[in-house]
Amino acid sequence: MYVAVKGGERAIENAHRLLADKRRGDQSVPEITLDQISEQLGLAVDRVMSEGSLYDRELAALAIKQARGDLIEAIFLVRAFRATLPRFGASEPVDTGAMRVQRRVSSTFKDIPGGQILGPTFDYTHRLLDPALAQGFVPEAPAMADASTAPTPRVTDILGRDGLIESSPQAEDGASVGDLTREPLNFPADRDLRLQNLARGDEGFLLAMGYSTQRGYGRNHPFAGEIRFGEVEVEFLAEDVGFAVPLGSIELTECQMVNQFKGSATEAPCFTRGYGLAFGQSERKTMSMALVDRALRARELGEEALAPAQDEEFVMSHSDNVQATGFVEHLKLPHYVDFQSELGLLRKLRKEFTDAQAPDAMKEAAE
Amino acid sequence: MDQVTQHNNQQAQRQAAMAVLAHAEAGEIAARLRDFVLPAHQDLRAPENGLVMLRGRVGGDGAPFNLGEATVSRAAVRLASGEVGFGYTLGRDGEKARLIALCDALVQSRDFGAVVERDVIAPLREQLMIRRKQAAAETAATKVDFYTMVRGEG
Repeated sequence: MYVAVKGGERAIENAHRLLADKRRGDQSVPEITLDQISEQLGLAVDRVMSEGSLYDRELAALAIKQARGDLIEAIFLVRAFRATLPRFGASEPVDTGAMRVQRRVSSTFKDIPGGQILGPTFDYTHRLLDPALAQGFVPEAPAMADASTAPTPRVTDILGRDGLIESSPQAEDGASVGDLTREPLNFPADRDLRLQNLARGDEGFLLAMGYSTQRGYGRNHPFAGEIRFGEVEVEFLAEDVGFAVPLGSIELTECQMVNQFKGSATEAPCFTRGYGLAFGQSERKTMSMALVDRALRARELGEEALAPAQDEEFVMSHSDNVQATGFVEHLKLPHYVDFQSELGLLRKLRKEFTDAQAPDAMKEAAE
Repeated sequence: MDQVTQHNNQQAQRQAAMAVLAHAEAGEIAARLRDFVLPAHQDLRAPENGLVMLRGRVGGDGAPFNLGEATVSRAAVRLASGEVGFGYTLGRDGEKARLIALCDALVQSRDFGAVVERDVIAPLREQLMIRRKQAAAETAATKVDFYTMVRGEG
């Protein structure tokens, strides 16, 4: 039976009005602007773009403001927005080798061509709260040095020259690129779909999964071969124009994880790889992604797949925080009718139980 | 010069101009065009916002995969003399897409090609290069110079 419950409209309207007031907070405090969020909370914006799966700093900043800083709510808002726009097509694959690098470190080689470039990093800070930031802090101008024009090849390319590391799998001729925003997920899933899933996956979930591989649940001996962050150019083959049109540039973080060997009777042993790529400066995310990408290759590499991080159905079905939050949070919506039937069933079971326990006492009580 | 070479040259020139314009703000492009006596032109396609799926490659150099989308604005403009220009840019600034389309049409025009390159594209390119040089210098200052410590008292 369907029972319509009315009477919530005014409460809902007033709750949203209260939310808007709480979101604004104390009105004697200046309102935060989208530029302020984009410029001063840049890494939050990067995360919302990555997991919202939409590169647009201004929209991500708006979502963060609207969500009162709740990043998963902001990601939800961005995902909902993307459904309102038509898709023009897909870009040419970006060339991370040609990145204008702002940060680039390798934990495998000290002397990499192009050098170790720290860029803007929290690494080596003491993690002490800085009271100077509490008000009116004006930072020193960044130091400058002569920029070298030397190329910064990917560390994996250097290892690849000597055959010490497996090469990246190439696309087969005419193969289409899987898109999980268009087709429902099926298992087993190919690497392109897995990487798309991980790229928009929840950072916390991937961090925990990656961490679990380091702690022994699917161990694969990782080294951070290279982490690079910077700007890459985007090109789009526009049919109306007839050639690849430059669209501008985006910021990306890439992580190349170098892992322990594979080899066989016919193939010399070599390092294996895990790959991470995400919008903005998202180092923890891409490192976790690379660990999980490598773990998910267990079957392909003939490894025993017993750990959660090696189980693609488990990882891919639970990595999306918008899906996850939707299902967890729907529990707070009215389930009155469902609950009534459960309650009815429980009462019946309890009655049967007490009847069986003490039929005489029940009879007396009933009378 | 044969026709194919000419076509390729013009395409390379248009791409190079677009690569600069996509990095400029709408206001900067408009300011550069302000001193122009623009030829008659009309919108062939009014500015429109949409999405482009951005692709990466497995391992940076392998098979492509879908990384996530980006907002893109596009427009097309036709000069009275017939040249059709296209404007595409990341973001949702339709006016910027229209200005890029207008510049693309002008770049192709016999009468305006050279002067647009000189007065619009070249100065914007120079600004872009200055910004990039500044960023590169700031980055370079964070490069690690390893040196070996001499241990003991010699």
